[in-house]
Amino acid sequence: MTNTLRFLALLLAALVTAGCGSQKSDAVKVGMNIEMTGDIPAVGASSKNAAEMFFEKVNAAGGIPLAEGKQKKVELVVRDNGAKADQAASVAQQLISSQDVVAMVGPNSSACAIPAGEIAEALKCVMISPWSTNPKTTMDTTANVPKRYVFRGCFTDPFQAIVLAKFVLNNLGAKKAAILYDVSSEAPLGQATLFKDTFTANGGEIVAFETFTTGDKDFSAQLTNIRAANPDVIFLPTYYNDVPLIAQQARRLGITATFVGSDAWSSPEIIKLGGADVEGSYFCNHFSTQIATDEAKQFVADYTAKYGQAPDDVAALTYDACGLITEALKEGGKNDREALREALAKIREYKGVTGTFRFEPGSGDPLKSAVVLQIKDGAFQWVTNAQP
Amino acid sequence: MDYFAQQAINAVQLGSIYALIALGYSMVYGVLVMINFAHGDVFMVSSFFCFLLLLVLPVPFVVALIIVMLATAILGVAIERLAYRPLRNAPRVSAIITALGCGLVIQNTTLSLSPYSQRMPELFKPVTWQFAGVTLSSLQILIIGVSVGLMIALDFFIRKTRYGMAMRAIAQDRISVPLMGVPVNQIIAMTFAIGAALGGAAGVLYASAYPVISATMGVLVGWKAFVAAVIGGIGNVRGAVLGAYVLGAVEVFTVTVLPSTYRDLVVYSLLLVILIFKPYGLLGRPAVQKV
Repeated sequence: MTNTLRFLALLLAALVTAGCGSQKSDAVKVGMNIEMTGDIPAVGASSKNAAEMFFEKVNAAGGIPLAEGKQKKVELVVRDNGAKADQAASVAQQLISSQDVVAMVGPNSSACAIPAGEIAEALKCVMISPWSTNPKTTMDTTANVPKRYVFRGCFTDPFQAIVLAKFVLNNLGAKKAAILYDVSSEAPLGQATLFKDTFTANGGEIVAFETFTTGDKDFSAQLTNIRAANPDVIFLPTYYNDVPLIAQQARRLGITATFVGSDAWSSPEIIKLGGADVEGSYFCNHFSTQIATDEAKQFVADYTAKYGQAPDDVAALTYDACGLITEALKEGGKNDREALREALAKIREYKGVTGTFRFEPGSGDPLKSAVVLQIKDGAFQWVTNAQP
Repeated sequence: MDYFAQQAINAVQLGSIYALIALGYSMVYGVLVMINFAHGDVFMVSSFFCFLLLLVLPVPFVVALIIVMLATAILGVAIERLAYRPLRNAPRVSAIITALGCGLVIQNTTLSLSPYSQRMPELFKPVTWQFAGVTLSSLQILIIGVSVGLMIALDFFIRKTRYGMAMRAIAQDRISVPLMGVPVNQIIAMTFAIGAALGGAAGVLYASAYPVISATMGVLVGWKAFVAAVIGGIGNVRGAVLGAYVLGAVEVFTVTVLPSTYRDLVVYSLLLVILIFKPYGLLGRPAVQKV
């Protein structure tokens, strides 16, 4: 018995030392806390692709120049959060405490980014969520001040709600809107409520406000309510995997209203899964390949060449989030969390592939323009721009 | 009026699919007094069988239905043989945990093979009819028709055939029935085959009605079908069907009178209330004829 115990203790000690040895690499470690499995795997895949591409480029150029005069390579530590809030929190804990990353990219969905942001803030490690638009991600809601260590790479939901409400009222000329959303998911819930408030404040009318919960596939009861209310547009602030089923059931019930969505639609999967039912719909997005700057065109070309498909906005935003971290590491000049945080907070303007980021002092939310896209002939077509 | 007629059609469609899955839970419970928590994932995998079949060979609906039901039945029997039979005399909690484990294995295998949601190809082009503001599609009629047909066939099988009698006998007394010459292992395997095949039928119908399929879709539907089986009286086949239609109707009609946010609250409160007054479910009776 004691021999077995002694053997186990030795084995454990050996493992621990071996573990320490392998962790003492000279590279700068950047963690990724992303949605590889679960309901939105396309989001995690895009994020991973873009980050790998970005840091391969950085490493090929010799790494990040730090103040000590030497360049350091970047090592990505990618972990799956399963698109679940609890898993995102434990992945954040693991990346920061035991993987010793200097910063964390992701999570992308707000439901995951909010709890992961709490952990990052508590453990004093920079986190940039490329895609989470919910205000709570970067806000310390108990003290009602912005979090110190949490940043994002995208615009926020209040801005998105204004863009969409004005687009529906002015460009589509529609006055009556219905809303159907997932009440148990953070981003859709916030977007639905904000759209409702902005739309009614600007003279529109919400004729139906319906909900479902994550995992539902049958929306017939809610859609029958919506049909009875006879709206001009149906706002669906819900992820790309739910939209096709909603659209199809609505069309089968004979609803002809136009669908309008949020940036949660932005994966090309929506076209593959939705087909003709989502044709003609509009949604708000971070980025369009059609109005790209030269840097963005280069990014689109490189990404397409490497992965065989055009980047979606999660890919582009992740690319920019990695860019921001690299920029701050260069400025801070040290492979150190606090130096990175200070340097990142000092960045006022950053030109990324998704446009220009402007940060107000003390805020982790960039001011960025949005685009409205239409799904037309099986592709995303640029319709209009909206400035902050 | 047309509004309520439409919602009634929605409710019957939803109830029919819950019923097919609920039968699988109820039959297995009836025979083995065990909750087969893998059943929701067996249902999920059957819709992937259908998806794969249609990728390889665009067969007509009836052929797809039969092939998928057979394939799912084989899966059901295999799970019983490999995972449940060795534990038949173990404590019941071990069997339940094994069932949960089987479900997770199936779900994660599917997830690793297909992390993305898949668009189901159309099995046939549904025709839609409009009268007096009510929309009815041939798909809805098919779903309701196939479900009700299978349920009547099952009821007949259990009540009128020798195999059905054997199932009912095992449900009553698993110790002495083998002494009468009833091949217990075969009958139990058959129960799993039928339960899984019905789940397979549900998978095909579900994937036709809701044509975006994913590896995690069996969880919620499986839970709801389980709840339906409990409402109806788990172990009782007619009860499972009744429970499923009650559940479908409550889900849909809650949304017609209350904000849709209250749906699950009302559904599960109802479950609690029913179980307070009828602890064995609507049609269940303690220790009387099960299956």
